[in-house]
Amino acid sequence: MSRPTDLTAVEAAAAVRAGELSAAELFDAYRERAAADDLNAYTWVADAAPSEAPAADAPLAGVPVAVKDLFCTEGIPSQAGSRYLEGYCPPYTSTAVQRLLDAGAPVLGKTNQDEFAMGSSNENSGYGPVLNPWDHTRVPGGSSGGSAAAVAGGSAPWALGTDTGGSIRQPAALTGIVGLKPTYGSISRYGMIAFASSLDQAGPLTRTVADAALMLRHLQGADSRDMTSVGLRDEVVLPTAERLDGIRLGVPEELLGEGIEPGVRAAFEQSLALAEELGATVETTHLPHAPHALSAYYILAPAECSSNLARFDGVRYGARVDADTLTDMYTRTRHDGFGPEVKRRIMLGTYALSSGYYDAYYGKAQRVRTKIAEDFRAAFERFDFIVTPTSPNVAFELGSKTDDPLSMYLNDFCTVPMSLAGIPAISIPNGLADGLPTGLQLAAPAFGENKLLEAAHALEAALGFERLDQKTVAA
Amino acid sequence: MLHVARLARLELTDDEVEHMTGELQKVLGHIDKIAELDLEGVEPTSHVVAVENALRADEPEPSLPRDVALASAPAVSDDGFLVPSPQAS
Repeated sequence: MSRPTDLTAVEAAAAVRAGELSAAELFDAYRERAAADDLNAYTWVADAAPSEAPAADAPLAGVPVAVKDLFCTEGIPSQAGSRYLEGYCPPYTSTAVQRLLDAGAPVLGKTNQDEFAMGSSNENSGYGPVLNPWDHTRVPGGSSGGSAAAVAGGSAPWALGTDTGGSIRQPAALTGIVGLKPTYGSISRYGMIAFASSLDQAGPLTRTVADAALMLRHLQGADSRDMTSVGLRDEVVLPTAERLDGIRLGVPEELLGEGIEPGVRAAFEQSLALAEELGATVETTHLPHAPHALSAYYILAPAECSSNLARFDGVRYGARVDADTLTDMYTRTRHDGFGPEVKRRIMLGTYALSSGYYDAYYGKAQRVRTKIAEDFRAAFERFDFIVTPTSPNVAFELGSKTDDPLSMYLNDFCTVPMSLAGIPAISIPNGLADGLPTGLQLAAPAFGENKLLEAAHALEAALGFERLDQKTVAA
Repeated sequence: MLHVARLARLELTDDEVEHMTGELQKVLGHIDKIAELDLEGVEPTSHVVAVENALRADEPEPSLPRDVALASAPAVSDDGFLVPSPQAS
């Protein structure tokens, strides 16, 4: 029989329920791997399996989950990649994690991330960069880089992440796994340490599309503690589709400009040809305002961040630098507690919201957001899905973009439009370029998760990508 | 820069100010492209999912006990958070 760690989450849950595998054995197998992790993917690993076996009818049957550090977990460090929160153990648990616990998925560990989820390479963590399991000299993407590296490296069966402008999809693409950003509002944000509240959304990073569907089924739902949460309208179904007959794929010309690396483009075009073989039609389309999405995003997200991060004031939790006056205590605490990228975004956001600039920046960006949502609505009248490469490039060398914030931000070119529109988008492995994974992104209308998962499942099967955790089985 | 830093209650060293000025100018140069767009009459979007007023019943519910809420604070005094005086010079 295969090792417990060879099973997908769907398979592992089935094996435990069938009595072929004990939940404790499964947990321990992953715990050993997570404790021995050499990618800096974890900031905390459980020291033992849960003392109680999962309930016999628990749908997730004890399959452990790695959780991005910004999800509050009662009594377990939740530092959001920031030195400001070093050692902070929240007094409550986020709704998303609680829902997984209630479904029988215990927390395996907390995963490293860019500080407060601000970054596209996981180099902005106060706890050191995460390494890409495919090549340890390269980044895993970000900001959910630890979650992606843990799943891709095989030390976790699946992981929970968050996506504000691409922070689930881009690291999933760069590490050759599946990452799903659901419709905004489908999962409660209660207990997620906030970056940009109108964009932040939790979601799964998994080995397979079916695993993503299974986790989403148990994550989604309205929550009275997050008044913006509405849940999904239909129960999430595990996908089984093998064909794409009648499916219309739209390829937006504006997102396929010269910024796309040739290898990424070649892999993308192969996938389009494969989609046609499966019965889909593929046509070029337009999202006229998409080229402005990045600008709007890098106004709106920093603006919301500058407001959200006002809570880190040295008063109620986390670090404090003592000073004689209250204002000096605030300013010095924030100077010492935040890393460079967080400071940059607070400054950018504060500037964009400041008197005299609000209309030119924030007001304008909100109007661009309206136009982008309209572009997608118009495109979805003709197409079932919009498809793009997830990231314009493969994983890049550690340190190669840290001195140039703008080049780092351009990583999010293909993922931010969907975030601004609040629509669901999934990244699936799309073959290799130069020996490194690329991602295929499919985006659907709001609440179209079931159809999206079906299409992604059919493509996943046809692509037959060999994940890193499968390659190392023989080793 | 220093005015914005003051608004953000963020101390920056001279070195940080120098670095950040160049970096933010470059980012703003890119962002400023949206100024080219004519968005006259376009409604701003602050929230993407249509939600009617989300109200719960106005009834007291249990919340964190005071000692738990204070447990993570850097400094406490009696039953509150302790901070330097805003008036101190």
